[in-house]
Amino acid sequence: MTNHWVDLKNSDVLLIMGSNPASNHPISFKWIQEAVDKRGAKIICVDPRYTQSAAKSHLYAPLRSGTDIAFLGGMVKYILEKNLFHLDYVLNYTNASFLVNPDLKLPGDNNGVFSGFADGKYIKDTWSYQTDGEGVIKKDRSLQDPNCVFQLLKKHYSRYTPEIVSRITGTPKDKLLEVYKLYGSTGKPDKAGVELYAMGWTQHTVGVQNIRTMCIIQLLLGNMGIAGGGIAAMRGESNVQGSTDHGLLFHIWPGYLGTPSGSLPTLAAYNEKNTPKTMEKESLNWWKNKPKYVASFLRSMYGESVPLDEAYTLLPKVDDGANYSWLMIFDQMYKEKFTGFFAWGMNPACSGAHSNKVRKALAKLDWMVNVNLFDNETGSFWCGPGMDPKKIKTEVFMLPCASSVEKEGSIANSGRLMQWRYKAISAPGEALPDGDIMSEVFFKVKELYEKKGGPNKEAVTKLTWPYGHKVRGQFHYEPRMVAKEVNGYFLEDKKLENPTKKGEFKEFKKGDLVPTFAWLQDDGSTSSGCWVYCGSVNEKANLAMRRGQADPTGLGLYSEWCWSWPVNRRIIYNGASVDTNGKPWDPSRAVIKWDEEEKKWKGDVPDGAGDPGKGRPPFIMKSDGVASLYGPGLADGPFPEHYEPLECPVEKNLMSPQKNNPAIKRFDKPGVGSDMDVYSGVTSCDPRFPFICATYRVSEHWQTGVLTRWCPWLAEMQPGMFVEMSEELAKEKGISSGDECIVKSARGEVECTAIVTPRFKPFNIDGNTIHEVGIPWHFGWITTKHRLYKKGDKFPEVYTKGDAANLLTSSIGDANTMIPESKAFMVNVVKKGVK
Amino acid sequence: MTEKIKLYDTSKCTACRGCQLACKQWNGLKARQTEHKGTYQNPPTLGPNTFMLIHFQDYVDSKGNVKWLFCKEACMHCTNAACVTVCPSGALYYNEEFKTVGMDREKCIGCQECVAACPFEIPRYDSKTDKVSKCDMCESRISNGLDPACVKACPTGALKFGDKDKLMKIAEERKKYLGEGASIYGEKFVGGTHFMYVLKEDPAVYEGLKKDPKVPFSLTVWKSWLKPLSLLAAGGVVGGSILHYVLHGPKRPDPEGAAQDEKNQGGA
Repeated sequence: MTNHWVDLKNSDVLLIMGSNPASNHPISFKWIQEAVDKRGAKIICVDPRYTQSAAKSHLYAPLRSGTDIAFLGGMVKYILEKNLFHLDYVLNYTNASFLVNPDLKLPGDNNGVFSGFADGKYIKDTWSYQTDGEGVIKKDRSLQDPNCVFQLLKKHYSRYTPEIVSRITGTPKDKLLEVYKLYGSTGKPDKAGVELYAMGWTQHTVGVQNIRTMCIIQLLLGNMGIAGGGIAAMRGESNVQGSTDHGLLFHIWPGYLGTPSGSLPTLAAYNEKNTPKTMEKESLNWWKNKPKYVASFLRSMYGESVPLDEAYTLLPKVDDGANYSWLMIFDQMYKEKFTGFFAWGMNPACSGAHSNKVRKALAKLDWMVNVNLFDNETGSFWCGPGMDPKKIKTEVFMLPCASSVEKEGSIANSGRLMQWRYKAISAPGEALPDGDIMSEVFFKVKELYEKKGGPNKEAVTKLTWPYGHKVRGQFHYEPRMVAKEVNGYFLEDKKLENPTKKGEFKEFKKGDLVPTFAWLQDDGSTSSGCWVYCGSVNEKANLAMRRGQADPTGLGLYSEWCWSWPVNRRIIYNGASVDTNGKPWDPSRAVIKWDEEEKKWKGDVPDGAGDPGKGRPPFIMKSDGVASLYGPGLADGPFPEHYEPLECPVEKNLMSPQKNNPAIKRFDKPGVGSDMDVYSGVTSCDPRFPFICATYRVSEHWQTGVLTRWCPWLAEMQPGMFVEMSEELAKEKGISSGDECIVKSARGEVECTAIVTPRFKPFNIDGNTIHEVGIPWHFGWITTKHRLYKKGDKFPEVYTKGDAANLLTSSIGDANTMIPESKAFMVNVVKKGVK
Repeated sequence: MTEKIKLYDTSKCTACRGCQLACKQWNGLKARQTEHKGTYQNPPTLGPNTFMLIHFQDYVDSKGNVKWLFCKEACMHCTNAACVTVCPSGALYYNEEFKTVGMDREKCIGCQECVAACPFEIPRYDSKTDKVSKCDMCESRISNGLDPACVKACPTGALKFGDKDKLMKIAEERKKYLGEGASIYGEKFVGGTHFMYVLKEDPAVYEGLKKDPKVPFSLTVWKSWLKPLSLLAAGGVVGGSILHYVLHGPKRPDPEGAAQDEKNQGGA
């Protein structure tokens, strides 16, 4: 989230699209309800299905899964045409005035693709900016130049008329216009609109571009950086934000530093390639500091005794252009490219798209370690449905671990709030905190390398591990020490000039904690495990443990409650909440306010604001200092364009001759995926699978249900797989509510109980009736009644019905992130026993 | 001491069911094996181990607008509580401090008088324990200055607990705010309930709500002499049984289903 949970209360219009917070983020509605009660805020819900969130909305509009860009593209056009945008904001804080290479061709003039498309990917030469002799980007502040971003944006979205959008999305035209009008009303400087999304937007082949389209809208309306504004990326798990911050994904090191590739053999080459430069005179270009964060990270890994260059060399590199995302891991596993696997707090046999392929892939391993609270469909895959244990070689080790209340540590929630949690009770039996397990594994692996050697041995043997102590031969990991290392230390005595106050010097002693990341150094004199968390722990306290409840602004910033990254800033980009003279766009909701007497900003920790009137553009994480209406960095285009989901119910993309996102990785192409990677309805509709299907969640279960299915009260409320469908479709298929049904895709089938409801309606897509159904993703065979229970197996108190929704989903991912397209794929539904 | 009520605002309920779970947790109620029956609502009805429930109701209004209505069902804590009137053993009683209806299960003799008498079909009989159970407004919590568990769990403020005067004012304000069609449910019958609703739609729309709940006439007439008689009987058991037989005829095998049938036919 650019803002934070409490801030939802400051909004005037809340657009719920790509999410269902009433079900899946129930506490969010505390603040949404407060916005409604106290500000008279309006809730818009756009969803294929009338959800619990829709039930609380003032305006509901249905749309066909996978057509969000068409829907939002129409809104961009509406905002521009009706002059609803916030001109001062757009002009000063976005790249609207930047002049783009005249050779750029937009999809409307280029058969549905941007210029530069060849062999499945883009060469982005024509996406560049025009620059003057000094390399400064050329601009037209009148926004009239036909090659300026503003005009290109206008031209690109001029094709997204309400008529064509309605034919694509199935949203009635009057509903479209109602949504556009209401959300467009937040373009006024004293109005704020926020968008709430979750996996409903990310899990598409155009997932990143879905969000990009909304970013464009928020920037046009001046909604970024202000209280009650922003983009609320609601995480699907309480610590997804934290795990992403700390480098869970393959393409980043902790703190969003790019993972180095093999073609960058030295630290100098890495820094040269990855540190952005700019010729824009006023731009702060904060990422110019990247080498400091990289050096400090390397120090946290290998300590002072390993020179920085060597430390860089030791860390693993990815192959250039290679992708190591989830879909690829299991594809490679299926192809027997590796032999061992740690499933740590994960249940890929249910959570992985195309779970049948995942389950088969697990059978190709020599060994697997399953670290979890309970046995699950992954750990016991070898005795699951369709498996013959005699033919499976995989040796599985189950390591029971402590639950979140049985250990200490921090989580970082969607609002980037790092909250310390204390241990409440001890873990049962042999279960250990993850950190203890990981430490034991580390020491053993290190010992083996030391004794037997191995490739890149020092990468492991030279790692520092100062996080705890041994008690009776067992290492106990100490999370408070980790928090300090994440924050970072001075590794030598150092006298430094205050980075924010010229002429003021400060002395640090070896072992001092670094006060903020502005003090981190690129010479190896500081460490920091994750630079964005620098400042979270100081000599006096771990700030994530704070529980202060002061709220001087009344905006709910609660700046003394725990700590949020970066630098305890609650609303990022808040430098854009004031005009170029430093006056808040909306004084009644001022996130930051300049105190003329004290010569400093008050309120939230200012972001990129500089001194008022000095002309610093506030989006300091962008090298040019402004936010991107035009985003040439992505794999699939500088502006979002509507493409159909890979599996879809239409013959043609009404927008252009290019049916699907051209930059996606198709696993069904020769030499890419495997025999199991099949799709339906790609080039032409497949009558075997005529209905759209999306997966989603319910309040009562969490993730694949590994924790919640074992909780009898939760299983009692939601006891199994269901399929929601319209009354019209049910009639067509002879299905009544409560009937057992089979939902089937090109890859698998699941048994579900029918919920026949007017909350799903057939779509009118360009004159054709198209049905959509939906299924929850929390279930799995291990808590079902009729599976084989071996001796010693735990029986659930309340059984659940049905197996994983992901047996149906496909191995196709977003062009940028490879997140699977689980929110739009094709299925058939039949009553059980009917062919 | 002040009269307290619990107020439920349907317009603010998101059906997250935190309340339903919190109720089970605080009261130590076991889950039962349920089946999916084509609705999110589960368990399907109140039961000996389910003191409250969120109803899920698809509803299409006269203009063709689709709605999804959520409505909480639990003991109404009547001012003139039929269950207290008929209870021969003193298991059901008025909480003198808050005017809610408490329940001492130790004293329950399983006569099921309350099951038959309650105009809201709230008390549920468990043949295994031969006891009746129902929501007691978390008496153990409210007596110690805490909100009932369901109220504590509610994230949106749909559930509130507090002084009757204050909450009725809030209810009136909400009714006004919600405009046409909105109403307050609970104040106009059985002497006023201590669980009240702000309804966004007409009360007739909600499947789970009684349209015109009344204490059975027969009960009002006979209670003055039958109840003392029953208390005279040993342990109250005999009297309770007589009372039950006189008023409602022989005992039926399925208490939950039976209660349903009687109410539908009784037209109380």
